[in-house]
Amino acid sequence: MATDKSNFQLVVNGILNENPIFRLVLSMCPAVGISTTVMNGFLLGIAVLFVQVFSSVTIAIFKDVIHPRIRIPTYTLTIATWVTIIDMVLAAYMPEAYARMGIFVKLIVAFAIITMRLEMFACKESVTASFWDGIGMGLGFMAGMMALGFVRELLGLGTVLGYDVLGFKPLLFFVLPFAGFFCVGMMMAFFNYIEIVYKRAKATQG
Amino acid sequence: MKTNVIIRRILVALILFCSLPTLAQAELISGKSFGGEDNEIVVNFAQAVDRAVVANPDNYIVYEEPDPDIRLSLQQIVVSEDGRSATLVFSEALNTTQTHVVSIKNITPSVLESFKVSKSYLGYLLSILIGAMLINNFVFTKYLGLCVFFGTSKRKDTAKGMGIVFTLVIVVSAIMSWFFYQFFLKPFDLNFLQIVVFIGLVSLTVQAVDTVLRKVNPILFNAFGVYLVLVIANCIIIAVPLILADNEYNFYESFMLSLGAGSGFLLALYLMSSVRERLELANIPPTYKGIPIAFVVAGQFALAFLGFSGLSLF
Repeated sequence: MATDKSNFQLVVNGILNENPIFRLVLSMCPAVGISTTVMNGFLLGIAVLFVQVFSSVTIAIFKDVIHPRIRIPTYTLTIATWVTIIDMVLAAYMPEAYARMGIFVKLIVAFAIITMRLEMFACKESVTASFWDGIGMGLGFMAGMMALGFVRELLGLGTVLGYDVLGFKPLLFFVLPFAGFFCVGMMMAFFNYIEIVYKRAKATQG
Repeated sequence: MKTNVIIRRILVALILFCSLPTLAQAELISGKSFGGEDNEIVVNFAQAVDRAVVANPDNYIVYEEPDPDIRLSLQQIVVSEDGRSATLVFSEALNTTQTHVVSIKNITPSVLESFKVSKSYLGYLLSILIGAMLINNFVFTKYLGLCVFFGTSKRKDTAKGMGIVFTLVIVVSAIMSWFFYQFFLKPFDLNFLQIVVFIGLVSLTVQAVDTVLRKVNPILFNAFGVYLVLVIANCIIIAVPLILADNEYNFYESFMLSLGAGSGFLLALYLMSSVRERLELANIPPTYKGIPIAFVVAGQFALAFLGFSGLSLF
């Protein structure tokens, strides 16, 4: 049962149609908790990309020898192994960023998005397709986190990637931790609005 | 009638007898406790004392009961207006879970006044429970477990089922994780295996509950079985063992924290589902229908839960 999509379509699918944060509404904890700056989103995005790609490939390679009844524990342990690796790498090479992300790197192990992609995609498809799907999902997560970080950083601190852009702080409210909920909700509503407008335009054309 | 009088006399005698010691020897130190700030100890005196003696930091010796050699350094001592209470301000925050021994020199001639200051352990355990449930609610103030939170808070019944199953699994798996961490990972220096071991134990617990429940109580299994798979996708379930390992909690503290985390999740789910049931009848803009409005509501709950910060009961 191979997928009929090309590799490029798989990546785009992960970023747009099935964006993990805004469309699938999975792995929301970091999206609310630490999306205060673009940099945070980027770093956690890299960690998730790494774990997603390597777990997808691992499961795709070994899918024939995994008994269906123990597949969920197998997925979990595979993810846990890759998370341990990225956790130790980040702690060793980027101690500052690691300290800022806190417990969230370790919590990648419980992110629903990774388990779900293994269950829905990697255990049925070929190794190459799983690799590109992993890339797409990882990039989609990273894009979502960075978009959230961009909005919150710009509106809250008036900066982008630490550089002062606006010169003043429009709404300090947005960098406060709980504003993550409002920000995610409003951005989702914004994307829904775009979709509604797009569909209406298409209907009038056709 | 007669027996009544006798009983009353006996009671009066008993009360007098019990209050005798307090009347006879008035203790100099009438009360002591940890202060409002985490680097303070408050001492109350039964009568006014010599200001010069009490306010001199050199007259004090303070240490934690297990380590008498490590003396805690005092920054200053604030004596109240009437000279009957003194606040000892330390240069560093005190570990209020330990019993502290305070000795005061020269306050009474040739006697070293010495007393212990401690929090009640039960109160401390309860404060962990309340802390994990309300003050540091895992959903609204630590932003964990959100995927499952938004997925299962549409109906009150689902919310209750998920919350109960989750509380059960988290208590069992946290205690097992604590056991493994204290007796295997720590002694053999295998800390890098934390994530693998903890998530493995969670999978094991979920599988065990699944199998046992299926055989023992099929009706309950039909009602709650679907939530078991979701438990494993919840960040809280792996966050709690990691927090336990970081803080080196003991058995009772671990139990209380995991119970607090579970019941806090149940509380959050129940509150959220009550609101979302009503939201379905409300007139919401089409762009906000479904998940977006749920996020905005959760943000308001998070704001409300900020009000619990700084709450300390014990």
